[in-house]
Amino acid sequence: MTAMLTRPASRKYAPDALEALESEAIHIFREVAGEFDRPVILFSGGKDSTLLVHLAVKAFAPAPVPFSLLHVDTGHNYPEVIEFRDRLVAERGLRLIVAHVQDWIDDGRLTERPDGTRNPLQTVPLLDSIVENRFDAVFGGGRRDEERARAKERIISLRDAFGRWDPRKQRPELWNLYNGRHAPGEHVRVFPISNWTELDVWRYIQREGITLPSIYYSHQREVFRRDGMWLAEGPWGGPREGERLEERTVRYRTVGDGSCTGAVESTATTLDEVIAEVTASRLTERGATRADDRMSEAAMEDRKREGYF
Amino acid sequence: MRAISEMGSEVGSDTDSEPVGSPDGAPRRDLLRFATAGSVDDGKSTLVGRLLYDTKSVLADQIEAVHRASVDRGLSTPDLSLLVDGLRAEREQGITIDVAYRYFGTPRREFVLADTPGHVQYTRNTVTGASTAELAVLLVDARFGVVEQTRRHAAVLALLRVPRLVLAVNKIDLVGFDEAVFSAIAKDFAGLARALGYPEDRVVTIPVSALLGDNVVDASASTPWYSGPTLLEHLESVPVTSPEIDAPLRMPVQYVIRPRTGADARSADASRWKNLHDYRGYAGQVAAGTVRPGQRVLVLPEGLVSTVRAVDTADGELAEAGVGRSVTVLLADDLDVARGSMIVDADAPPRLTDELEVTLCWLSDKPLRPGARLLLKHGTRTTQAIVGALHDRLDTDTLARGRPDHLEINDIGRVSIRTADPLPVDDYADNRTTGAFLLIDPPTGNTLAAGLVGSPLEITEQP
Repeated sequence: MTAMLTRPASRKYAPDALEALESEAIHIFREVAGEFDRPVILFSGGKDSTLLVHLAVKAFAPAPVPFSLLHVDTGHNYPEVIEFRDRLVAERGLRLIVAHVQDWIDDGRLTERPDGTRNPLQTVPLLDSIVENRFDAVFGGGRRDEERARAKERIISLRDAFGRWDPRKQRPELWNLYNGRHAPGEHVRVFPISNWTELDVWRYIQREGITLPSIYYSHQREVFRRDGMWLAEGPWGGPREGERLEERTVRYRTVGDGSCTGAVESTATTLDEVIAEVTASRLTERGATRADDRMSEAAMEDRKREGYF
Repeated sequence: MRAISEMGSEVGSDTDSEPVGSPDGAPRRDLLRFATAGSVDDGKSTLVGRLLYDTKSVLADQIEAVHRASVDRGLSTPDLSLLVDGLRAEREQGITIDVAYRYFGTPRREFVLADTPGHVQYTRNTVTGASTAELAVLLVDARFGVVEQTRRHAAVLALLRVPRLVLAVNKIDLVGFDEAVFSAIAKDFAGLARALGYPEDRVVTIPVSALLGDNVVDASASTPWYSGPTLLEHLESVPVTSPEIDAPLRMPVQYVIRPRTGADARSADASRWKNLHDYRGYAGQVAAGTVRPGQRVLVLPEGLVSTVRAVDTADGELAEAGVGRSVTVLLADDLDVARGSMIVDADAPPRLTDELEVTLCWLSDKPLRPGARLLLKHGTRTTQAIVGALHDRLDTDTLARGRPDHLEINDIGRVSIRTADPLPVDDYADNRTTGAFLLIDPPTGNTLAAGLVGSPLEITEQP
């Protein structure tokens, strides 16, 4: 962690936006640590979950983070991300639990989809892992600016025993008093960076000097075009007949299952360049790079109702 | 009881609102949390869509989706309200069900907007949005002016002590941009706001057309008689006001940080704490005032006095931390302090009491009757509570108070409550954190009510 300047928080000046968002996230982490028995951070190695881990470390320093990490691994990974994940876990002295979607497919609890996409398959291993480990609070890196259904999500959001989200039964969330009461078998999802925008995330990563997987920065990669996105070659099927592999200068704006996470053409190799690009971008990150959200007008809402993050 | 005009100091002022440079030289942008209230017919979704659209906070794929959906619905122009209605049921029914949060920014400020629908469960939604808002934008239709629902919303916003109000007189194009219509509505609203305790300088009225964009982001050529700011100009320049800034220190303890090990090589600042075994820090977010080393503090409800040894963060110790800052406080004495305690200014402590006179916003379908046994969550402490007498119920249409035998959903009433543990409370009018609490239904865990200590809405005259 880079040492920041110690500045007196003069009463004359409000905290800047990033300081306010950081303090809010730390407050949420501490509330959950104080009120739940077995919280866990959902961690993929992507930028939002890496940010979550960074904030959790800051919330409890100099003590260790009092939760484990859980990665629901589709097996459709970028090697750079897995390497990054393992290094971060080792450096921070964290505990990582990995739920391999492949194990669920191997023993028949899940069936591979015809299109090869494993993103929707993450829900069952996630819910099984929550039950098996008796997790009662699951931190996720979801942000309300990502998508319309997420805009109505609470910071602490109750899920029933089936992991389902019922938008009509959400509890009102008042002041910073979070009501996390739940019955046995229920759990809550917690979104400490609900109020951050994509640009806030990048600016904070820059300010704090947070290291990210290299695929967030421009690099050369063999990719093919599908549904208007650049997808990488991989075990998830592709390129198909008629889809041509070509080398492009790309980077990723989100990291998800390889079958449906597209790269964007970019020459941004530094944080400054990435921030300039995000500022100028005319597409939301999900719209640009996530095939899974394009399926219907209410795609995210439907998946959230089923227990997805 | 303090009038809203006396509520606390301002961060920055109108003459001092230039962005202040941060130590790394980048322009300093602060955060304004605000809420909107109004019904669908007032064009609120369109106004919010317009704010997002004109500040270029809506990106190409979202606009494309709106165009597509508008064509599907047989509309000839894009319906900007589709940008903000998120849930399937909302789009199908053309209504907004739940509070939605929106984000946009300008070079001067970042905004978190709690967009609260008006017609269904208006109290629940307005209370939720108002609870964190530093300003609220109320909408009226220029053709109808201040209506019953405007009065209800304004009463709830005043009750929740939202420091500033903006009345957006929408659809000003539909009254031919008529100054006389606008002035009459502005005068009406000024009377209402005054009756609810708002002084003139905390209320601004702006003529807008959300549909056409007049005075939302860009100044309108059709309202030459209006010389005030556009809505966005006002949002960008208004000082952030908080009564808690100059109030005495309040910090609920969330968590006790005890590394319980020797110097930990993994922690960023192992060298600062030669032996982390002795580290015992009280983690919390400053709810009022400031905390600084050397300060004499009282820990409640324990009643222990000590001195602040350090105000720690992961980035190093601070000379001082103000409202909203998450810190870890180390005390000079080894005390038994736990989650649920509150660290306060020793010279100006809150009352410690198990008998509360409160105002409730009842948010549940299950009515409240005297004698109810509930859970009460205040700060970081949850305790049992018994509801005593119901004193009155506020009629938000007439602002008159009646005597009820129960409270129903959307009711606002004053009641007595007894708690199992004494709580350190301030009046909500003085402190929006230590004066606030939730009532929770023990069997279901549902939030039943937003609770405000004291009687924060003092109606000075019948409007």
